[in-house]
Amino acid sequence: MSASHHATAAEVGPGDPPHIHHMDTPTAYQSAKLGMWLFLATEILLFGGLFTSFALYHWAYFEEFHHASKELNWVYGSVNTVVLLFSSFTAALAVDAAQRGDSRRCSKNLLITIACGFLFLIIKGIEYTGKYSHGLFPGTERWNSPEFIQEYKMYFGLYYCMTGLHALHVVLGMGLLTWVYLKARKGRFSSRYFVPVEVGALYWHLVDLIWIYLFPLLYLVG
Amino acid sequence: MGHHTDTHGDHAAGHGFEIMPTQDHSDDFGHISPYSIYAKIFVALLVLTVLTVGVTRLDFGSMNIVIAMFIASIKAMLVALFFMHLKFERMTTWIYAVFPLVLLGIMMAGIFVDNPYRATPGPAAEAKAPISADHVTEGHATKAQH
Repeated sequence: MSASHHATAAEVGPGDPPHIHHMDTPTAYQSAKLGMWLFLATEILLFGGLFTSFALYHWAYFEEFHHASKELNWVYGSVNTVVLLFSSFTAALAVDAAQRGDSRRCSKNLLITIACGFLFLIIKGIEYTGKYSHGLFPGTERWNSPEFIQEYKMYFGLYYCMTGLHALHVVLGMGLLTWVYLKARKGRFSSRYFVPVEVGALYWHLVDLIWIYLFPLLYLVG
Repeated sequence: MGHHTDTHGDHAAGHGFEIMPTQDHSDDFGHISPYSIYAKIFVALLVLTVLTVGVTRLDFGSMNIVIAMFIASIKAMLVALFFMHLKFERMTTWIYAVFPLVLLGIMMAGIFVDNPYRATPGPAAEAKAPISADHVTEGHATKAQH
């Protein structure tokens, strides 16, 4: 039925997967996207647990969390926010290019997105190193001193868990987009087959979405 | 439209396909937005980021978190609707996008309602005690023992 409607799907064009004649490509495309959205739903619930913990303890230890958050440098956080927003922008442009069948522009934008992910991790690394040298890391002398009260430890525990899990997602997203980039450079995508670009970009946007909430919560509000 | 329904007329009529513009398959592989929309959304996201930083620097006290989360939600909506093309997705995708938020809401509401009534000293029980005054004096001694 649907095959007759999308009769053109049977022809193997440049960039089409070799098994394209077995599938109804628009349906395959929609299903793959829906599958990714379902996965993103589980990701929201994964981070949701941490956000709930943060909300609860922020409410309970309002003053202490406020003091502890002053230890974070909001400039680093802001710069990283801009870096991630820009990377989300280029990821969207990569999908746009793929939809229009422009492989060159697609791979170029994917490369910029991956580079932004790398820059984000470098800045995050500088921050983590700074936290360690300021004794804001488990095991340091300041952390173990009685002045470093339980509530501060709770704040930084949540900070490391949330930003750490987020950074892990950045690393995985970079890996995923690198794989997509290599395929795009080989000209494996066309305007009728670009599911990996779209799905990879959706994952990357989620990484951005999580950070949109993490940045004000951890750096600004405390 | 005419050509398509001529060849597949009998099939299509039974399933109501003639309602859809059968010649236009542009949405088969996602809606193609005008190129400029992405730049506009990016600029809007930057402006909202500056606004968040500005507002919290001014410091509205306990209203900070409300304002910051409100702006963050606008940013998240812009990313989801335009960068992730949710605006042009069908109802099924919308359900997948919204149901985890509902579940998250239930979890948060449940925990927040439950916590103050817990017999064991949880975070809420400690929060009821004044923090600032005894924190420095005798409260500090007990906290240090934790």
